[in-house]
Amino acid sequence: MSMKISTSDFKERVDKGIHDSFMRGAVVGAQERMGTRRLDATNELGNWEEWRKHGEEIRKHVLEHLDYYLKELSDNVSKRGGHVFFAQTAEQANEYIRGVIKEKNAKKVVKAKSMVTEEIHLNQCLEEAGCEVIETDLGEYILQVDDHDPPSHIVVPALHKNKEQIRDVFTEKLNYQKTEKPEELAWHARDMLRQEYLTADVGITGCNFAVAETGSISLVTNEGNADLVTSLPKTQITVMGMERLVPTFEEMEVLVSLLTRSAVGQKLTSYITVLTGPSEELDVDGPEDFHLVIVDNGRSSILGGEFQSILQCIRCAACINVCPVYRHVGGHSYGSIYSGPIGAVLSPLLGGYDDYKELPYASTLCGACTEVCPVKIPLHELLHKHRQTIVEKEGKAPISEKLAMKAFGLGAASPSLYNLGSKFAPTAMLPFTSGDKISKGVGPLKAWTEIREFPAPNKERFRDWFKNRDKGGDQS
Amino acid sequence: MKVTLFATCLVDMFQSNVGKATVELLEHLGCEIDFPTAQVCCGQPSYNSGYVNESKEAMKTMINTFSHADYIVSPSGSCVTMFHEYEHIFKDDPIWGPKAKDLASKSYELTQFIVDVLKIEDVGARFKGKVTYHTSCHMTRLLGVKKAPMILLSNVKDLEFTELPGKEQCCGFGGTFSVKMAQISEQMVDEKVAHVEETGADYLIGADAGCLMNIGGRIERNLKPIKVLHIAEVLNSR
Repeated sequence: MSMKISTSDFKERVDKGIHDSFMRGAVVGAQERMGTRRLDATNELGNWEEWRKHGEEIRKHVLEHLDYYLKELSDNVSKRGGHVFFAQTAEQANEYIRGVIKEKNAKKVVKAKSMVTEEIHLNQCLEEAGCEVIETDLGEYILQVDDHDPPSHIVVPALHKNKEQIRDVFTEKLNYQKTEKPEELAWHARDMLRQEYLTADVGITGCNFAVAETGSISLVTNEGNADLVTSLPKTQITVMGMERLVPTFEEMEVLVSLLTRSAVGQKLTSYITVLTGPSEELDVDGPEDFHLVIVDNGRSSILGGEFQSILQCIRCAACINVCPVYRHVGGHSYGSIYSGPIGAVLSPLLGGYDDYKELPYASTLCGACTEVCPVKIPLHELLHKHRQTIVEKEGKAPISEKLAMKAFGLGAASPSLYNLGSKFAPTAMLPFTSGDKISKGVGPLKAWTEIREFPAPNKERFRDWFKNRDKGGDQS
Repeated sequence: MKVTLFATCLVDMFQSNVGKATVELLEHLGCEIDFPTAQVCCGQPSYNSGYVNESKEAMKTMINTFSHADYIVSPSGSCVTMFHEYEHIFKDDPIWGPKAKDLASKSYELTQFIVDVLKIEDVGARFKGKVTYHTSCHMTRLLGVKKAPMILLSNVKDLEFTELPGKEQCCGFGGTFSVKMAQISEQMVDEKVAHVEETGADYLIGADAGCLMNIGGRIERNLKPIKVLHIAEVLNSR
């Protein structure tokens, strides 16, 4: 499916990630910074757990009544003179948007950051149709200038690059002649982008939350780029995942607070923009024409099933920022625009197990993701559910593993088998044992002992000691 | 008080010292120890790998083995978490559901039992050395035991405690993850070992045999001068 960002296999991607010391330094630094900021911003409220519970309730309620709220949203957008299109697939969404672009005879599109447009590969589709597409979020802009490097993080897409690398990209591609100072880099991008806003025919945005009651859409940014994208071009197209809506402004307020605190450790971001339909008579700016494209692309098959809670996600990336696996392999290792724990759950659902079957195993089930999720998605449980599905429903587990697990299950279920096995383990392991450790194991122990020692089984097991000691004895 | 010990398969087979220390410590605190020999493994390795059905028989064996207990105590937060997980696994099963719920309601991790049930915060231990402590993920996040080990360690005489940077970060064990995703696991355990070294501690203490086997195995391979101990061994030092 279209969310794929790499043709190499999982092992190759991980290997590349682990050996990319620039990226790893950037990711570790970012995780530390964002972790602290998130903690401060959530502790500040004093009752974060209540906020999370409230957020979860809102998201669950919306998912339970999604049909109702989608209709309400659609009716209200139409009432305000906007056009609504429901796209079942990525292709349908792209086709509709391409149609609007053609109808307007648009040559240039400016875009605010949007994961769903990454998911459906909209840029590529528009560029193929001869339209120039310019990303205006600074991170996205950097990636676009760098030959369409894919995003490695859902909130901070260019997280994997440090400022020196960004300077090099700008120097090579944009005739940039200053230093790696973030301010100078940002000013340059700002100068470049200003012209683009003024000459663009169409503005495309994502949508953080749509408000069903009023037919509004909201955009959360720190750069203000979404405001320019939605106020200068004559046509605006907003693309949203079909689950990204709230009943009223009251719920939006709760979710925006959860989002900004979890994502960037801020009470509020610099800009929270709410737009309702095309501009009206007395408005001084804003689009004449407004289109809302609501994308399914696999979401309705998740709805109603055992993975439904993943649709509660508000794309804050708190789970990514605490994930110890992401920390070491980086976003590109996931092979999907959705990385980290959220990506490891969502990518196999939207993109299928053929491309993403390793992702649910790329976790120690440590639960750090679940602990920070502001809408209480049980991420580690969903990763486990994927494993169960892969083994029991999809039958995609390797045969050797299946046999080993079956044998393990039998041994663990039978006290006599376990007793026998554990008693003879020291003898069986003797050829591999030196002193009290095993340094070169075989079978499943091979990978373990490649980097660590494995303890030799005790000659006197605990149970033997307990039975033989003077007092006590076996009391069962 | 009669305590039924769930030793865990790792302790039984590989770390019998931890089992012995647990027994001696609990006896010192006035408990009478019962060890049902029919206990096997909690089934976590296969369960976490997605083999839920294959693991259920082992779980049922454990439920039956411990049905008579008043208090089940184990020197492993992760395995106790698994006992609690049984309740969710069998929630729709009319026969095993209630039994699993009963098992979960009386299962405790060792330090949790000492602090919350025995209401003891000072076990009278003495341990000379500079130590740091790794908080295991399942024990802290899923079982919710965060304070008990800290309270007990803070009352050990002569013990010099130093906080581990990134203490809540996973050590990279994750059961089969450590072999299935060996390359990633290596990076994680290396960062953990580096953090332990940063503290300048002579001892790394933990409350979970799995994590300690992982971190300890890496420390040993790289010949670092740091000893790895289970918290039961420290609390049993006098």
